[in-house]
Amino acid sequence: MFVAWRDLRFARGRFVLIGSVVALITLLVGFLAGLTGGLASQNISGVLGLPGDRLVLQKPATGKPSFSESVIDSATRTSWRAAPGVDDVTPVGIVQGRASIHGAASAVGVAVFGLPAGAPASIVADLTPTDDDSVGLSAGAAADLGAQVGDRISIAGSDYRVGRIGGDAWYSHTPVIALSPDAWAGVDRRLGGDGDPTVLAVAGAPDWDAVAASTDTTAMPVLTSVTALETFTSEIGSLGLMIAMLFGVSALVVGAFFTVWTMQRAGDIAVLKALGASTGSLVRDALGQALVVLLAGIGVGITIVAVLGSLAGGVLPFLLSPLTTLLPAAIMAALGLAGAAIALRTVTHADPLTALGSNR
Amino acid sequence: MITLDDITLTFPDGDARITAVDHVSLTAPNGVVTGITGPSGSGKSSILAVAATLIRPDSGRVWIGDTDAAALSRDDATALRRDSIGIVFQQSNLLPSLTAREQLLVMAELGGRSRRSRAAVRLRADDLLDAVGLSGHRDKRPAQLSGGQRQRVAIARALVNDPGVLLVDEPTSALDQERGGEIMDLLARLTRERQTATLLITHDLVHRDALDELITVVDGRASTAAHRVEA
Repeated sequence: MFVAWRDLRFARGRFVLIGSVVALITLLVGFLAGLTGGLASQNISGVLGLPGDRLVLQKPATGKPSFSESVIDSATRTSWRAAPGVDDVTPVGIVQGRASIHGAASAVGVAVFGLPAGAPASIVADLTPTDDDSVGLSAGAAADLGAQVGDRISIAGSDYRVGRIGGDAWYSHTPVIALSPDAWAGVDRRLGGDGDPTVLAVAGAPDWDAVAASTDTTAMPVLTSVTALETFTSEIGSLGLMIAMLFGVSALVVGAFFTVWTMQRAGDIAVLKALGASTGSLVRDALGQALVVLLAGIGVGITIVAVLGSLAGGVLPFLLSPLTTLLPAAIMAALGLAGAAIALRTVTHADPLTALGSNR
Repeated sequence: MITLDDITLTFPDGDARITAVDHVSLTAPNGVVTGITGPSGSGKSSILAVAATLIRPDSGRVWIGDTDAAALSRDDATALRRDSIGIVFQQSNLLPSLTAREQLLVMAELGGRSRRSRAAVRLRADDLLDAVGLSGHRDKRPAQLSGGQRQRVAIARALVNDPGVLLVDEPTSALDQERGGEIMDLLARLTRERQTATLLITHDLVHRDALDELITVVDGRASTAAHRVEA
């Protein structure tokens, strides 16, 4: 790193420029990742907050399983409860509607979940009221409605008392409200449904495929079940593609810079080789230099993302976590180094003989 | 001491091969500046490239001390250059980002890690910069030095690792006669003081007084045996 550090000092303008580009791309990637995470959280945190090892949805005659289309009848519930290896089956009803606080002129969109009291502990299960006249509000629902414990809210024409306010849970960009199964069935019928639950949250270790096949259902791990939310796959797919393209741009920009930079230094590299520099030391020098630039640029970018993300969190669906900061930063560094490695060919192939003025 | 023993070097030339060095044998003893001269294209620089282990000859041996450098692997030849051979190029070939002092310090870092303590290397570098008359210029970069000063830094750099062999390629080609004379005198003095075996390529015999011995190369052959240069 002897020459690398001094090159960084000597050509600081060029390195500040490429470092700034890396910081800018990191800012874009970090911000997109934070937004993607925030949007994803507003889409699926209610689903991820359900109890059980797998979620069982109705298998449609054609197409993929869907939370919005699934209906689980009583025979299916009975079959899953009776299946060997099943420890617990929690029927869950999910329907989207509108709710308003008593006396308010306008209503807000909500996701109404119906679960039995006493379901295994989870973010959503912990919201569930013990009686049919109460509701549990997620933090988002309470904020959107401006409701507090003891207030009365209206859902699909019926009034309920706010019994508890719990953690944050969202479903398809609407905050979750939890009702008892009977109260939920009433809401579902008033909204045009038949009152049957839409999902089973199953715990245990049965032969998942066999039971699913015999009941015409699909049993998916909770994390992968989010693909049954149509809005989630399309939304995250678009944002993920943008992030992937930015990763590619980052690798190309860093690779192009270090390729040009190393080619400009080809004569110096040949001289160092002629003086006795090992190829290994020159490669370490080149990669070390790239790593310094990448870490500096990425560090600045991620710091700005963290600051802006914490400010924007109140007004935007922005998720600030290691998953949306450190992970993209690590990928940026790895891809940047891969790009810089393209330039190593100039280092490894530099001919020390060219350092002589004439070789014949 | 460096000895080239019956060296032959050819290069591809279309379907045939052209002979750049044709059965050349020579010895450069310690403490002596041995000049190699000849017309352009005569093979002078090819001889230097073989002596510097930058190119492997078709046949023959290059003895640097007890080591046959022509038989070494690429990595071993690189290590030999680092430890036992000092090279002064036709152009000074200094690294633009390094100061004069750092041009010397980098020589201790070429193997990947410093083999000596940084303090000892700094002392050695400062001694050498004093020896070439640049003690007041150690923090200047190449762009801030004159051509003669740059070549002095290159000479000091070549001597940092205390090599037994000093190979010098046309050191005065980019200098005027006065500066060229100073560089040649400096090389002769350092060769005697440090007892290096100095092999110096030149086509300009204006400064032949600085040479102890002179070999003439024509068409790849050493046409005259090394003879002591009469002042």
